[in-house]
Amino acid sequence: MNLAAEVNENLAHYSNVLIYSAMAVYTLAFLAHIAEWVFGSRSAVGRTAAAITSGAEAAQRATVTVQAGGQRGATAVLERPKIVTRSAAGSRDVPDGPGAAGGTEQGDVYGRIAVGLTVLAFLFHAVGVLFRALSVRRAPWGNMYEFSTTFAMVAVATYLVLLVLKKNVRWIGLPLVTTVLLDLGLAVSVLYTASDQLVPALHSYWLWIHVSCAIISGAALYIGAVSTLLYLFRDRYEAQLENPEGKQYRQAVKSVLARVPSAASLDKFAYRINATVFPLWTFTIIAGAIWAEAAWGRYWGWDPKEVWSFITWVAYACYLHARATAGWKGRKAAYLALIAFACYLFNYYGVNIFITGKHSYAGV
Amino acid sequence: MSTTDTDTAAGKEAGTPPEGGTAPDSGAAGEERELGVAGSQLSTAPAEEINVPSLGPLGWARWFWRQLTSMRVALLLLLLLSLATIPGSLVPQTSIDQLKVQDFQNRHPTLTPIYEKLQLFHVYSSVWFSAVYLLLFISLIGCIVPRTWQFIGQLRGRPPAAPRRLTRLPAYTTWRSEAEPEQVLLAAQKIMKRRRFRVHASGDAVAAEKGYLREVGNLLFHIALIVLLVSFAAGQLWKTEGTSLITEGGGFSNSRTQYDDIKTGQLFNSDDLAPFGFQLDRFTATYERNGPQMRTPRTFRADITYWEGADGAARKTSIKVNEPLEISGYKVYLLNHGYSPVVTIRDGKGDVTYQGPVVGLPIDGANLTESVVIKVPDYRDKNGKKDQIGFQGQFLPTWVRSHGMFSVFPALDNPTLVLTAYHGSLGVDGGTPQSVYQLDKSRMKQFMESDGKTKFARALAVGDTMKLPNGAGTLSFDGVKEWASFQISHKPGDQGALIGAVAALVGLAGSLFIQRRRVWVRAVTGADGTTVVEMAGLGRTEYAKLPEELADLAVRLQADAPPAPDAEPDPEPGPESTTDSTQDSTKESAENSVGNSEENSVRGSEEGPAKDPTPESASDTADPADPAEGARA
Ligand code: HEM
Repeated sequence: MNLAAEVNENLAHYSNVLIYSAMAVYTLAFLAHIAEWVFGSRSAVGRTAAAITSGAEAAQRATVTVQAGGQRGATAVLERPKIVTRSAAGSRDVPDGPGAAGGTEQGDVYGRIAVGLTVLAFLFHAVGVLFRALSVRRAPWGNMYEFSTTFAMVAVATYLVLLVLKKNVRWIGLPLVTTVLLDLGLAVSVLYTASDQLVPALHSYWLWIHVSCAIISGAALYIGAVSTLLYLFRDRYEAQLENPEGKQYRQAVKSVLARVPSAASLDKFAYRINATVFPLWTFTIIAGAIWAEAAWGRYWGWDPKEVWSFITWVAYACYLHARATAGWKGRKAAYLALIAFACYLFNYYGVNIFITGKHSYAGV
Repeated sequence: MSTTDTDTAAGKEAGTPPEGGTAPDSGAAGEERELGVAGSQLSTAPAEEINVPSLGPLGWARWFWRQLTSMRVALLLLLLLSLATIPGSLVPQTSIDQLKVQDFQNRHPTLTPIYEKLQLFHVYSSVWFSAVYLLLFISLIGCIVPRTWQFIGQLRGRPPAAPRRLTRLPAYTTWRSEAEPEQVLLAAQKIMKRRRFRVHASGDAVAAEKGYLREVGNLLFHIALIVLLVSFAAGQLWKTEGTSLITEGGGFSNSRTQYDDIKTGQLFNSDDLAPFGFQLDRFTATYERNGPQMRTPRTFRADITYWEGADGAARKTSIKVNEPLEISGYKVYLLNHGYSPVVTIRDGKGDVTYQGPVVGLPIDGANLTESVVIKVPDYRDKNGKKDQIGFQGQFLPTWVRSHGMFSVFPALDNPTLVLTAYHGSLGVDGGTPQSVYQLDKSRMKQFMESDGKTKFARALAVGDTMKLPNGAGTLSFDGVKEWASFQISHKPGDQGALIGAVAALVGLAGSLFIQRRRVWVRAVTGADGTTVVEMAGLGRTEYAKLPEELADLAVRLQADAPPAPDAEPDPEPGPESTTDSTQDSTKESAENSVGNSEENSVRGSEEGPAKDPTPESASDTADPADPAEGARA
């Protein structure tokens, strides 16, 4: 019994060491990303940004050749019909930026280094979370410290999965690593709780389901929110390109914005993430209600945590509706998405810290 | 094409679909209208209508109803709902914690009357909160009903005919083939039917549509929300919920008198209480013994024997915090626990006047120090004279002398019962109900030590007996039992709520993950005698896979309509593609649906009139030339 306790202490200790190591490597990744953006700013992109749009004005269409799979018998020519795409009216036909490296070789090298370091840091991070879970022999989200470390881990995992799927998401690397560092820093300094067991109210497999869904939803919604925020900036930037006489961003900001995907792409990316997560978040709330019923004898009791989950849910429903409502799509819908994410964040930090309810247990 | 859609401008035109691109009206306006038709009813969202009517009361009523059931107002009501929900998390609520409300009201004497006026202490049953969600649900019903009819109309109708200029649609491809036009169209129908498109051929083109389940999912989701609300309402009206405290060895049977307190819905009749009962055999609790979370409970378990019906068979099970007992449509939850010291009291004549457990009421949650009150109404002193006595004191599961009269740990490490005693009138005969946990000492006298000055009090370990002064009797502390309190509740809406929740999830998944899209194929004999095949696709703006899907269909169609070898003078001089060399990157950009700069440099410049010189000037407002907009206009 004592021996087991000691093993657990050791595991918890290793977990802490691993989380600190992960933070160190994330810091290196952060620096590499900075280098990527800095070298990228020396590219010609910033200077030619205006030229790109005037080019876009001349031609509205992008030609895309699509490889259709599964046609073994056909000849090479047949396999590639040319599909001409045309973006919807009202959206600008501005191409995506070339990415943080701006097409420069040096920037690209730093970018690759940053991604490599992020993978390494993620491994430390994930093993750290795993050790923490093993040391308490339960899911690693019994308190705010564990919730925060797991949350950051899932956010990075989401990013890496999107990278593996060859989605155009490398631009999100810098903001992501920055927030992960902030989140982990807060976790180890303010929210730290020594590893321990749960109060009986938290013993349930619905805990696994409910909290893991909440964490996955949050991590993905976070990426959606970053994309939305960037959309707002990039959208203004594109509007400025059309109207060179008007108010302009500073050169440094322009150079950054020229390199991120187009407003239309960012908007679509954010929508797809939010729309994919919305059913998951709905399920999270339902699972939470079922758990509450088992633990406290009622599905829904308007506990502050429940209230804010509900508000978050309604806010995302607003966002989805706004996108289908004339006069609300575009920037207004984007503001709604940001408000909705702010509600999620408040539920995650604010409610635990400022408001007491049934959901505050085990330290913070 | 359905004609049931009278809400949308596009739908009105949809009543007379131009057949096969040979519409009588030509020119830009006709073309735009045609594109609007092509994109119409890609969803059943209601029309945006803001103009104020100039009609009489009926017109106003109609206008008001239209407004209430419009997307814009639904959106505003949703926003209002989220705002209205906030105060309940900031102001203490009577439904959650009465004590906190009391505390708040004591601390804020000026705010309290204002808050009370605004019903801020019970936000979720307040008039204004109810108004918001009721309006939202009226709007929801007003939205679902016409949308359902409209959708059924769409199902009975046919996909809209091909617009004349397929080139203006979001995804487009063309080639020339030796195959006969009829052959091509037949092949196209076959291919798309196999892909489960709904197909309709007319004139020189084939129209196909797929993804109707999206609308089904969306309607299902919104209907499920109504089911959820109705279930909650039913649950409130017919619920019953009460608590009962039971000491080990004691039992409960489901009738009104056995509840310590009971709350029922307005429509619940207490004759409806289902017959069942249970007995608490044993309660087990364990606690963390070390570390910073010492004292935190680790397990709570109540082992019980239960029976259903008037004389059902007895069965054994256990109830834990997360695992209620489900019985006859009721749920029995474990709420709380504590200790009941077991005592034997003898009066002055040596007769046993009380024997059994006495429920202790925890006064310190973490270590379970409990207050204990024992009332003995039938008592005789040593001379046989009738009297009443009462004991008052504390029970400490773990007593450490140096820590005073408070327990230091919640488990039974050193159980100690500390009591003092009174005699006189308990005041229980007056008819006014009294709490069993409180001793009314107004007409009682405390026993004193033999010196006559110090008050009588004793600390007892299990097995100890204390003698009251002057041979007034004895109390022995025989042992300790645990008590547990249970919540017994019956909420009839649960089933409906569960069904609603599952349906909402399924519907939501369908609504968000299924894409509704249309594909047209046209085949006509070109100037040089070969057949010109054109394909175009249209979906909602979010549907990024449209070009890929169109390419896939085109590849299949090319098996039956192989491209003519001499593709030199392209009839519709498409962009000279040089992108074939970078196959991977082009595939990727198809997924992103917006080409990268390299591809933009090879964009073709074609068909001058269709080109909009300033595409950026197009605003957010519905533009009939944008098919995706037309879909929702
Ligand atoms: C009770 C509150 C409501 C919630 C939580 C809710 C939620 C949602 C969600 C999540 C979607 C999916 C969005 C998408 O497909 O992109 C949606 C779509 C839709 N909702 Fe609601 N809704 C509510 C009330 C209403 C009301 C009152 C109306 C009537 C005006 C309405 C009309 C629609 C329509 C027409 C769509 C489809 C939009 C489209 O085709 O993109 N909803 N709703």
